[in-house]
Amino acid sequence: MTAILKVTGLSMNFGGLRALDDVDLRVEPREIVALIGPNGAGKTTFFNCLTGIYPPVSGTIFMRASSGKQSRLNGLPPNKITAKGMARTFQNIRLFPEMTVLENVMIGCHCRTSAGILGAVFRPRAVRAEEQRIVDSSYKILTRLGLTDVVNDLARNLPYGAQRRLEIARALATEPALLLLDEPAAGMNPRETAELNQLIGKIRDIYEVAILLIEHDMKLVMSLSDRIYVMEYGRRIAVGTPVEVKKNPAVIKAYLGE
Amino acid sequence: MRIINEIKKSFLVALWFMFLTFPIMVIKVNPLEKLIVWRWHNLAMVGIASFFISFLLRCAGRWRKSAARRPPALTMKGLSNNPRAYYSALAVIALFSLVFPFIFSAYETSIMTTALMYVILGLGLNIVVGLAGLLDLGYVAFYAVGAYSYALLNYHFGLGFWVSLPIGAMLAAAFGILLGFPVLRLRGDYLAIVTLGFGEIIRLILENWNDFSFGPSGIANIPRPSLFGINLSLAASTIYVYFIALLLVIFTIFVVNRLQDSRIGRAWIALREDEIACQAMGIDKTRIKLAAFAMGATWAGMVGVLFAAKTTFINPASFTFMESAIILSIVVLGGMGSIIGVVIAALLFVLLPEYLRAFADYRMLLFGAVMVLMMIVRPQGIIGKVRRTYVRGQVTGDKRQKNGIITNLL
Repeated sequence: MTAILKVTGLSMNFGGLRALDDVDLRVEPREIVALIGPNGAGKTTFFNCLTGIYPPVSGTIFMRASSGKQSRLNGLPPNKITAKGMARTFQNIRLFPEMTVLENVMIGCHCRTSAGILGAVFRPRAVRAEEQRIVDSSYKILTRLGLTDVVNDLARNLPYGAQRRLEIARALATEPALLLLDEPAAGMNPRETAELNQLIGKIRDIYEVAILLIEHDMKLVMSLSDRIYVMEYGRRIAVGTPVEVKKNPAVIKAYLGE
Repeated sequence: MRIINEIKKSFLVALWFMFLTFPIMVIKVNPLEKLIVWRWHNLAMVGIASFFISFLLRCAGRWRKSAARRPPALTMKGLSNNPRAYYSALAVIALFSLVFPFIFSAYETSIMTTALMYVILGLGLNIVVGLAGLLDLGYVAFYAVGAYSYALLNYHFGLGFWVSLPIGAMLAAAFGILLGFPVLRLRGDYLAIVTLGFGEIIRLILENWNDFSFGPSGIANIPRPSLFGINLSLAASTIYVYFIALLLVIFTIFVVNRLQDSRIGRAWIALREDEIACQAMGIDKTRIKLAAFAMGATWAGMVGVLFAAKTTFINPASFTFMESAIILSIVVLGGMGSIIGVVIAALLFVLLPEYLRAFADYRMLLFGAVMVLMMIVRPQGIIGKVRRTYVRGQVTGDKRQKNGIITNLL
């Protein structure tokens, strides 16, 4: 089985600072992989390089689409990468606050639909059908994520936990093969975190996506992930199953010091 | 007790204003007779005026706080949920606008035409500023492009109004894209400055390139629109132009309304809300921005052609920054993204100064005061945008469509 995401030798500099140093990473289909590490280890930078927000200095990113075609993602703009099947959420929530919950998800359908300006003005049958398809599939996602009651509320009026879920819903609307979650449990209380734990597992099963997540909540990471990558100072210092990583001396050193 | 407190505060504000305006309002130097005139009565007036304004604002603020708690009696949303009231209001407006030129004088019809033109300009700029969130201060440039394209096409090639209308619109759209390319990376204040510069560049070119645009003397004798080749009398022509403007307004409302609830329209709003997230959701930022600039400019181009045809004379003085500022004020006052709001604001902005000629000297002062007041009392504009709600598949297509239109317009 070929990996859905294969990153080799990814490096990134900010001026003189080496934020990412020769990082390798693989994600297999339908796998949940966690990326952990102390603050400033370069986890979010890694995500930003993957999704095209930063252009990496060197290294290659290959992604296998659901069609089986492998394509190189380096240097593509973020929207092209999303179209190739990689969707993400943000560490600090970046919803569209003045749009309704449903519209937020409908935006996610943008790259899978095609109506243009003329289509919008004349509204031929095909465009109307497409609009209805967008609405229906967005509703479906929201139902699965338990946001049915708030579909017509403005996104900014949602409670924090629901906003996090909405970000995931929006990402799912792009029909990804790989979902990147940047600290999905940040700021959540233990009960919400437990719910999120179940939700992520459910998403993997229903949507058959691979999930790569950055997270600081170790309980969540250990119970959820199939494999864990550990980073420190922009380098990968360990990789393995949760049990292996927990025992790894380098990891213990990075977290607890000598 | 509270009232006394407010009075106290207002009194202090008045004192502060008297102190601040002392040098300009009170002291007047007469250099010829080497005299200093002390105008104490001005000081008193400033004091009294600022005391009352401050007091009123305080009361308004308190009233607003208490009003926020109870639901407003009649909102636009309430009206839209009541189709009968909505349609009868629409019918009255339609009837009124149809008979308007036959009841009122040619002068008033002409003013109304101007107001309708500003409605279209406002709606066009609303796409760029209200929906896509791109602050464009050089919008008048596209207006100028439209006007000059009709004037020049007519001068050189004898093209008529109806042929020039789409050409002017397309040329303006092309200029919109032309402006869009260099400013793709800019946002907010920086974008505003560059677009401001663009507006001035177009005006200066028109003013100085004599061979092309005939410079400041402008182009005269532009023909009015003809009706199937018949040349109308001046009075008939005024009415005719009014109806063309009315038709264009309806057309614009139709298109903008459909656009803002389409895939493209949603992408514009997403772009306004969060550029990075918008891109991460798979929206091509470049294309969507250029589309916004082009769509916005198209309407300005069309109104430009109409303007040239209406006044039969254009020169660069008609396309100063002041025009851009007025159109932007219309959008901001009306409510960004709200079609009805923009229509109302455009009518107010053009009609009120016409009918309040007595205050002509204070027009800019009043503009400023109104703007400041609006920002305090209703920052979302006269009518804020109500987000559209969608219904799941089960409902039949036709019913859904109707519901959509009602909620959309408001």
